[in-house]
Amino acid sequence: MTSVMTQTDLAETADTSAVPAQPAEHSKMAARGVNVFYGEKQAIRDVSIDVDMENVTAFIGPSGCGKSTFLRTLNRMNDTVASARVEGEITLDGENIYDKSMDVVQLRARVGMVFQKPNPFPKSIYENVAYGPRIHGLARAKGDMDQIVERSLRRAGLWEEVKDRLADSGTALSGGQQQRLCIARAIAVDPEVILMDEPCSALDPIATAKIEELIHELRGRYAIVIVTHNMQQAARVSQRTAFFHLGTLVEYGETDQIFTAPRQERTKDYITGRYG
Amino acid sequence: MATGHEHTVKAFDEDIKHLRALISQMGGLAEEAITDAMTALQRNDTALAKEVRAKDKAIDAIESEVEKLAVRVIALRAPMADDLREVVAALKIAAVIERIGDYAKNIAKRVPMVHTPDTGRIEAISLLPAMAQMAGDMVHDVLDAFASRDAEAAIRVSERDNRLDDFYDSIFRTLVTYMVENPRTVSEVAHLLFVAKNIERIGDHATNVAEMVYFAATGQYLADRDTDTAEN
Amino acid sequence: MSELVSPLSDRAPTDWKTDAMQRRIRKRYRAERRFRLIGMSAVVISAAFLFFLLATMIGNGAAGFMRTEVSLPIDFKSAPLEVDRGQLGTRGADLALAGAGLENRVQTAATAAFGEKGEELIAENAWTAVRDAIKEDPNLLSQSAHIWVPASSELDAAADGGGEPEFRTIVQQLRERGALQSGFNAAFLSRADSTDPTSVGIWGALKGSMLTMLVTLLIAFPIGVLSAVYLEEYAPKNRWTDLIEVSINNLAAVPSIIFGLLGLAVFLGTLGLPRSAPIVGGLTLALMIMPVIVIAGRNAIKAVPPSIRDAALGIGASRIQVVFHHVIPLALPGILTGTIIGMARALGETAPLLLIGMRAFIVTPPGGVFDPATVLPVQIFLWSDEVSRGFIEKTSAAIIVLLAFLLAMNALAIYLRNKFETRW
Repeated sequence: MTSVMTQTDLAETADTSAVPAQPAEHSKMAARGVNVFYGEKQAIRDVSIDVDMENVTAFIGPSGCGKSTFLRTLNRMNDTVASARVEGEITLDGENIYDKSMDVVQLRARVGMVFQKPNPFPKSIYENVAYGPRIHGLARAKGDMDQIVERSLRRAGLWEEVKDRLADSGTALSGGQQQRLCIARAIAVDPEVILMDEPCSALDPIATAKIEELIHELRGRYAIVIVTHNMQQAARVSQRTAFFHLGTLVEYGETDQIFTAPRQERTKDYITGRYG
Repeated sequence: MATGHEHTVKAFDEDIKHLRALISQMGGLAEEAITDAMTALQRNDTALAKEVRAKDKAIDAIESEVEKLAVRVIALRAPMADDLREVVAALKIAAVIERIGDYAKNIAKRVPMVHTPDTGRIEAISLLPAMAQMAGDMVHDVLDAFASRDAEAAIRVSERDNRLDDFYDSIFRTLVTYMVENPRTVSEVAHLLFVAKNIERIGDHATNVAEMVYFAATGQYLADRDTDTAEN
Repeated sequence: MSELVSPLSDRAPTDWKTDAMQRRIRKRYRAERRFRLIGMSAVVISAAFLFFLLATMIGNGAAGFMRTEVSLPIDFKSAPLEVDRGQLGTRGADLALAGAGLENRVQTAATAAFGEKGEELIAENAWTAVRDAIKEDPNLLSQSAHIWVPASSELDAAADGGGEPEFRTIVQQLRERGALQSGFNAAFLSRADSTDPTSVGIWGALKGSMLTMLVTLLIAFPIGVLSAVYLEEYAPKNRWTDLIEVSINNLAAVPSIIFGLLGLAVFLGTLGLPRSAPIVGGLTLALMIMPVIVIAGRNAIKAVPPSIRDAALGIGASRIQVVFHHVIPLALPGILTGTIIGMARALGETAPLLLIGMRAFIVTPPGGVFDPATVLPVQIFLWSDEVSRGFIEKTSAAIIVLLAFLLAMNALAIYLRNKFETRW
């Protein structure tokens, strides 16, 4: 930086340095010029962002800013809403996921999702984890399935707690355990990307800490994107942070830079609690 | 949208204001200490010197209060971005001002040692107040810059340190020459040398504060900027 | 008016102990007590009605399950019956025995035993009891034996304490001789309709009801559930689906006799299906209860939380998999409830079935769904029309059978529903 910027110089310009420098093919998932409409209302405005394997990406922003909506475009969950319309390009390993040739069912196995309120199926723990691999034909013999279930539960940090009661109902677990079960369920289909939509907002601090530690362990093996309204969590858990506001991407950068010296006034106002 | 740059939680604004007020108060006391110490030195006012030394305790007390408040703000408010930088800067600035106060106290301590019954008045003493004024102004200006988060002003203060250093060099030469010419006053003039050194150190500390003010305002380190400009 | 008070200024703290407050409390307690009392009275009144119904039915119908029998001395030794013994083990036995004039022999034996009124004492088809006894033990044809035969309806009535005085005396006499007994009428449950109230049975109507219910269930349940699934999960939300939804809701309220007319016109007229057959009855009733199943099914499916759907979609389940692996199992209790309600209604329907001809006098129970049959409610209706006194208790007995069938059906459905009830 050769020019000195004082507080008063931080204007509300769009942070053009946040536009991804690398071409879309080199990131795990890349969005370019994405617009999302619900009927006539525009929810997401011209968003371009990259998600890579090595870094956990966090989306932060006030309520209604579109971060969850944008997250759901990454695995085409918005398709379930009749009035939703997505424009722009979103690629996974270079392939456009909204192309007609992309099978949305397989896409959702490759790009898994964990939701805000833990939602295990009302089946046994084993069945919860085994359901995904079963419907995608990932296990040939029963021995294979047992292995997949154990591996997924181990990676989710739940194996030790449930290995003796795999036949118990998934809904009988505590909130934190249920969420880890949902993560295990998502992992079981061997995804490449895991999307997490406020995964800890319904959990107590200890369960939250366990999930955050889990995210840290999963980093690198899966590309992880986490939406959170808890800024401290975004700061703890992610390496890249994107700040959304009113449907636009205001700033995207390294997490420590965003939280110690954000470039945009709006970002600063939001993270210091001067918003609203 | 942001409304008037006030925190949504008003108590947070109160805490930050209090922190700034404490720094400002501390700075005022430190400036006063410098001025009073120099006055005591010139007029050989031992009573004033004693007062300066006593008032240093007040500066120390405020420093410990700043420390407590800063830790509390970090624990309870989880400050981010510029709030975080400001709290960290305030913590460090308080420590620096406390040391400036200590230097002023040290000057006051040397007052009786400079003025002994047999030496009579030493003319060299008259050189020092100007230098002390310069240092005192630097402290004053840099604390103003902190209060108004003005990075430009902080840079200007740090640039003045060169002039202060030059001033110190010339006073040093003058005092040494005087010592050589008036060997009977060697011990007293030696104390004056220390006084000059203290004032030069005060200037250096003011520069440290300027760097912290720059960091708090912009999030960047002045040293990095110096290397940039040096390369250019 | 007093000056406007700023909303933030202090107002006097509420005094909760004033008389006005105490009165409010008492009024509230009174209202709650009143409400509880009303609720309990409603329950008690309903229970009283139910008790009254059951008591009347059982009181009237219990007798219908009993049968009076008379011990008839019959002598084949002195006057052998001319019948080919070889035929007795085969299917031609009935015909052979009938052809040998067994009926006349029985009547003469009755007159011989009980006097000139003897014939009136035994039932018209009492000879079939003798026939069945002979079939069981052909040695009877060379013996003289006492065979228990069903008593006539007049004697039956007299044995129960009613009837005409002369019959009552005869009952007395026969009892003293040990020639009269009352026993459980197993034949009631295994025989079909007849003109003689003593030998009438409910089995024909029961079988007809079972077959009709089976047809109804097999048609209405799959179509109803699949329609509900389609309407909730797949149909686009536009005006056409709204129209369908309104139509289905209205269909549920259409009087059942209209469905009878529909059945008459379409199934009997256009399609030419056999009249009075369970297939037609089943089809008609299926049309009638399908809206109930669709509505209950839709509500049950709507109640499945979207989080389960999201979870399934999120790991890459296709829409069909979401519906069949997750939504339907969770909606099943609600669907079954709707089915129970529908089937219970279908079981008790009379009007539409009358229109499609299931009111005929059917003597043999239906063999399959294409044979003519009748159903329990229609049978009850027909018997209640009969003049003969013996039919009163039979009608009540039939009502008891109907209620028992209904209870059994409901119990099965509730058991199934509880089995599928999972908590989410």
